[in-house]
Amino acid sequence: MGKLDGMVALISGAARGQGEAEARLFAREGAAVALGDVLEDEGRRVAESIIDTGGQALFHKLDVSDQSNWAEMVERTVEEFGRLDILINNAGIVRMKMIEDSSLQEYLEVIRINQVGVWLGMRAALKPMKELGGGCIINTSSIAGLAGYAGISSYVASKFAVRGMTKSAAIEFAQYNIRVNSVHPGPIDTPMIRDPQIARREPGEVSYGGPIPRVGEADEVAKMMLFIAADATYSTGSEFVIDGGLTAGSNIASRMDQ
Amino acid sequence: MGKLDGKVALISGGARGQGEAEARLFAREGCAVVLGDVLDDDGRMVAESIIDAGGQAGFVHLDVTSEANWSDAVHQAVSQFGGLNILINNAGILQPGGLIERSSLDDYRRIIEVNQIGVWLGIRAAIPPMKESGGGAIINTSSTAGLEGYTGAGAYVSSKFAVRGLTKVAALELARYNIRVNSVHPGPIDTPMLSGETRPRNEQGDINLAAPIARFGRADEVAKMMLFIAADATYSTGSEFVIDGGLTSAYYVSS
Repeated sequence: MGKLDGMVALISGAARGQGEAEARLFAREGAAVALGDVLEDEGRRVAESIIDTGGQALFHKLDVSDQSNWAEMVERTVEEFGRLDILINNAGIVRMKMIEDSSLQEYLEVIRINQVGVWLGMRAALKPMKELGGGCIINTSSIAGLAGYAGISSYVASKFAVRGMTKSAAIEFAQYNIRVNSVHPGPIDTPMIRDPQIARREPGEVSYGGPIPRVGEADEVAKMMLFIAADATYSTGSEFVIDGGLTAGSNIASRMDQ
Repeated sequence: MGKLDGKVALISGGARGQGEAEARLFAREGCAVVLGDVLDDDGRMVAESIIDAGGQAGFVHLDVTSEANWSDAVHQAVSQFGGLNILINNAGILQPGGLIERSSLDDYRRIIEVNQIGVWLGIRAAIPPMKESGGGAIINTSSTAGLEGYTGAGAYVSSKFAVRGLTKVAALELARYNIRVNSVHPGPIDTPMLSGETRPRNEQGDINLAAPIARFGRADEVAKMMLFIAADATYSTGSEFVIDGGLTSAYYVSS
């Protein structure tokens, strides 16, 4: 018996990384999963492999910055699986540029996907969740939604915005029995942090300076998503941080030893 | 197969309320639980009923302000069940109507001793056995009163902000031993602590919760969060887990 038996989850950016891990775990827990992504071949392959292992899945092309894409995605999901219980806004990109060197276009590209994409996703999910009598929306922010990081101002701005709009949505949607929470991962071993513009080394070789001296696994994020979707029934507007302690503070005692 | 098979947990304030719910859930998930409390009869009864239901449990008298009591509690966990993997610092007290202007130093110190120093002592006591076990998880029960201020609860708010801060320092210091330390921040939960004059009311005398989820939380919902942190939150340390029905995210500017 799965924790999500009979439920339907829509996951953006599900072709790889955290979204893929979330889709696979949710399917193992009995949910029918609708995977959206701009990476069509990879997304389809993930959906097929979930089906091959006995799960229920579909793939639909989803550019999260496109309102009509969201409408189609939600419609297709409800058509095939009959309802929508869970939305994970996971899709996101990062662009490494100092403010000084960045163009407005580069800035807006990140805002459109990471921030407007989440807003559109929540709006699109609202109607089927209201019809169902409730639901759960989980927005993937970041530790960059808790603190500033040089060189990724557009990413930081978008992730702070996601953290904030999560709370507005939590208040507005509570009357429909829809919970809305944000998740704040630190460095997780996914294609995003393997991007050559972000890191030239393997994730395991980079020291991020956190108390838990390793990068996180996508599977660990997926377990947090599962907890929030299935069991966090009295949490809404909350921030769930999974960062190996990176934002807990500084190890000043060891600096004084040196 | 339980999520905590083979693990040993020590839970302060385990005789009732959230601590009791946590002990019962952890035991159902295969964990051996040691309940510490100053309420000896209530605590023993909970431990016995866990054993009757097929679980493993023990009770120890634990006044969390006593360093010697902590030492006994940890010793009992190790001698009875062979180690210590999880500590939930749950014991806490709330005094009603303690406006700063009117409250006494003794009242203030009493709350700080139980809610704040009790947690500090618990963390210290748990370190040696957890180091020996090769790691562990410590979960400190703070509160939404560790995130924002509430009038009339100066001592409580002070103590819960301190627990939130202490959690982060412990997370940084103990990571080298593979010990994770996190805080949980419940809002209004339906437990004995929130009864009588401390229960939130509006002017008509009814329960008034200005939270998006307009009900009290249940102790078993907090227990599920504790279970997630203990069993599955393997990359979270120094984190704050808020379970408050949206109370602290809500400032209504339109209606």
